[in-house]
Amino acid sequence: MLKIIVFVKQVVDISQLKFDADGVGTLENATGGEINPFDLNALELAVQIKDKLGASVTTVSMGEAGAEAILKDTIARGATDTLLLEDAAFKGSDTIATAYILASAVKKLGEFDLIICGEKTVDGDTGQIGAEIAEYLNIPHIGYVSSLEDIGEKLVVVSDMDSDQHTIECGFPVLLTVTKNINTPRLPSLRDKLNSRKAKVEVWHADNLSSVADKNLFGEQGSVIKVEKILLPSEGGRKGKDLQGSPEEIVKELVDDLERDGLLRGIGAK
Amino acid sequence: MTEQNDVIVVAEQHEDKIQSVTYELLGKGKEIAEKTSTKLCVVLLGGNIEEEAQELIYYGADKVFVFQHPSLKDFDTLNYKNNIVSLAKELKPGVMLIAASHKGRSLAPRLAVALETGVSADCIGLDMDSDGNLIQVRPAFSGSVLAHMKTKTKPVITTVRYKTMQSIKRDTSRKGEIVNRKASIVPSPLTTIKKQKLGEINISEADIIVTGGRGLKDSKDFAILAELSEACGGVIGSSRPLVDDGWIGKEHQVGFSGNTVKPKIYIACGISGSSQHLAGMRGSDIIIAINTDPSAPIFKIADYRIVGDLYEIVPKLVNEIKGRTS
Repeated sequence: MLKIIVFVKQVVDISQLKFDADGVGTLENATGGEINPFDLNALELAVQIKDKLGASVTTVSMGEAGAEAILKDTIARGATDTLLLEDAAFKGSDTIATAYILASAVKKLGEFDLIICGEKTVDGDTGQIGAEIAEYLNIPHIGYVSSLEDIGEKLVVVSDMDSDQHTIECGFPVLLTVTKNINTPRLPSLRDKLNSRKAKVEVWHADNLSSVADKNLFGEQGSVIKVEKILLPSEGGRKGKDLQGSPEEIVKELVDDLERDGLLRGIGAK
Repeated sequence: MTEQNDVIVVAEQHEDKIQSVTYELLGKGKEIAEKTSTKLCVVLLGGNIEEEAQELIYYGADKVFVFQHPSLKDFDTLNYKNNIVSLAKELKPGVMLIAASHKGRSLAPRLAVALETGVSADCIGLDMDSDGNLIQVRPAFSGSVLAHMKTKTKPVITTVRYKTMQSIKRDTSRKGEIVNRKASIVPSPLTTIKKQKLGEINISEADIIVTGGRGLKDSKDFAILAELSEACGGVIGSSRPLVDDGWIGKEHQVGFSGNTVKPKIYIACGISGSSQHLAGMRGSDIIIAINTDPSAPIFKIADYRIVGDLYEIVPKLVNEIKGRTS
């Protein structure tokens, strides 16, 4: 039976997140956290494989105790096992330290065939963790996977590589990062949701990883990227000009301005 | 002798042709190299790519390291990584700049782990501070904020978004050194069994983009926008819902989960401007927004605000532009 690992992250609902001029974020309607939406595509793919071939699907998250809730939610969505990595020592991790912790957990979990990650998270938004984990585990990875064509002895996937789509065949183990286009994540049924509340989430702390990892590489001390400051993107310099009047007047004024600013030169003169 | 702290640009090539983002990286790389009194090196990997090396010198490279092998024509994470890592271990660069393309973003995290350093993703600004640290500026929270970051270790590796840096002028009198290196190739665990174009258009590179959103009533109405984009010599973009509904291909999608664009002119037609959409087009030079709803968020970042019906405005705009340019 295939052993699949899916990484999930608890994130805030960014549509509720407002930043002040100093870049300090506040949640308007704090609802706790949700699963990073990109991770739902990763989980859905794993569960589809489980439904087709039979597989164990272990969801793993690094986060605070509250992240147990999203792991229980993954059970409702079809995961078979869960693991929370929770420790003060993990705090302040950059992507390199995070990937190191997650890769260490994979080593500790033992044999696996497939790791699936979402393309990126809506908060950190780096899209780097998957490839970093693969490098720590010394296994191949395929990024931007938009379709699973076949899975059996080997895996065949379509990877969107900039302007090309590559259909790639590979063996196991392998790590995939999937795009939002790969599937539409299912909604858990009410019954599955209720049942999942009773699920037990396995929790590991830093000490649980000591046989496979160097604790000095965890958290802030293991991180090499420091955020100096957070600023709001400047919208300064935008003209913010309202064009009013009849449609004829509007388009005339607009094209006058574009012509005056030399922006029309390229236009039409292909 | 080691050449500590040089800047290395990883050239982006497609089908053995250098992509324009590489020249943008060279422009920024040259600035960093000058400020730190180091050399600007380029690593160029490809199948039959030697002839392209000279171009990199015309665009500012001091030294080009060429790894040529049939297996390197197409991007292959493992073999690209292995060759770049061995070069980086030898040169001990201070900074490595890589395009924030899918290829670059697959490669850079693996390079960072292999070289025991950090990597910042998708930067839109790079500058040296007074202590000689490279400040890396990148959007986070789906483009809501900009994070300014430093890396404690070397090399500082960063992937850089298209069209955020300026290339310098091509100058055929520039001199530089081309060094051919023997590529080390291992059998790849991945086999590419088919390759096809995702779409004819490359929206990330377009100078003018006309984008349609929920204000369009029917998929056929993209034809109205196509007239405008043709009149301007631009390309068609779309917001995500229309792509999800199958009205137009994914290659047209602008936004956080689609393409990030930075055209000279962005014309948003019937787009309200979700934060995900804004994250993908906020860097446009001039934003023109047409929407019937005056409270649409797109207006907050627009240079020209037109509260009106795109079905009325767009055809008139086409006529006006055609009238001036014919």
